[in-house]
Amino acid sequence: MSQKDVLRPGHVAIRVLDMDDALSHYVNRLGLIPTDEDAQGRKYLKGWDEYDWFSVVLREADEPGMDYMGFKVRDDAALARLERGLKEFGCEVERIPEGELRHCGERVRFLAPTGHAFELYASKEHYGNALGTMNPEAFVDDVKGMGAHRFDHCLLYGDDLDGSVKLFREVLGFDLTEQVLDGELMVGAFLACSNKAHDIAFIRHEEPGKFHHAAFLLETWQDVLHAGDIISKYDISIDIGPTRHGITRGKTIYFFDPSGNRNEVFAGGSTWYPDHPVITWTADTLGKAIFYHDRELNERFLGVVT
Amino acid sequence: MSARPEQIVYRIEITDTGESYPCRESQSLLKAMESLGRRGIPVGCRGGGCGVCKIRITSGAVRCRKMSRAHVSEEEERRGVVLACRTSPVSDVRLAVIGKLQKAIRRGRQQGRPRPEKTRHQEE
Repeated sequence: MSQKDVLRPGHVAIRVLDMDDALSHYVNRLGLIPTDEDAQGRKYLKGWDEYDWFSVVLREADEPGMDYMGFKVRDDAALARLERGLKEFGCEVERIPEGELRHCGERVRFLAPTGHAFELYASKEHYGNALGTMNPEAFVDDVKGMGAHRFDHCLLYGDDLDGSVKLFREVLGFDLTEQVLDGELMVGAFLACSNKAHDIAFIRHEEPGKFHHAAFLLETWQDVLHAGDIISKYDISIDIGPTRHGITRGKTIYFFDPSGNRNEVFAGGSTWYPDHPVITWTADTLGKAIFYHDRELNERFLGVVT
Repeated sequence: MSARPEQIVYRIEITDTGESYPCRESQSLLKAMESLGRRGIPVGCRGGGCGVCKIRITSGAVRCRKMSRAHVSEEEERRGVVLACRTSPVSDVRLAVIGKLQKAIRRGRQQGRPRPEKTRHQEE
């Protein structure tokens, strides 16, 4: 098959301590557009350049972190194929009915070996962007804050890194694009279902199921610097940046939402083709691999998760 | 310039280090420390989520905003165990540091490679 069954990252569901604070952050600062809410009080958001109804779901809870991340798949047949593969792999799989998330079709949810819940779905209602699809203009005028174009990927921390990498490669058809090795031990894995540098990444960590960040796409390095200005102007909790990663080559800045969940906005990054070799980084040069300019590791960036 | 209402400033003491610093009633204990360039309480997400800035209030009174229950139980909160990023003083405060930054990338077999990370906050 020339095209994979898994098309792309589709949504991330994030727990927040206070919904009003979270909405102010994700809408006014990150620049997402609120598109709906449901009877449970969950809020649905999307980037201005996304077509489907939502890509971020916020839920108020006593503990921040990630509830689950969803990937859109090619069609219902692909969903059934992937579900069979997950069961054969030994995953616990659950079918979640259409509409449990508003505007979203049936979802297949599973728990990955690193302790993270993921789901696959084949359909989500079209919302559209403000430009349309017939002779569209190149940008919108009324974006807020950083003006995030779209949700891009997540980086997750968990214990059985080898298991999750095997699952994503062998069952879901992802390619390993870059890896971090500590001797023989893989401690970081960057995986793509597309021709991006990564659509999902994992870091080995003693505690399972932890959330490092959700990343959103900007267009240029100048936009990343503008995001830095917004972070200062509104006194948003900054983590690190603006800087560039050696790994994936993205130009980036990291900050925290008001509940302590880490966000990234970034621009650029290398492209992936399935015939490319895997890029390997060794743990003894990890400073430069992660922060290409400072070339020093940052304990908060490495150690703080929700 | 419009006059700002006067804010009461309290004195915060970190008993582990003897370090002390002023903190306005509207500031968090962590923010006041950080903005003065002081050290003593580890700084993480600053949003009540990661648990790195966990402290015990040993004397004084505070008020808290919502904190992750993954890091501070109700019982702990009753005993004055809180996250400094979500806690503001309503009197002079003395506190002891509980939280610490943890190494995230698990050390594998080292095989003679130099450790890339500083060891200042290495797990005990």
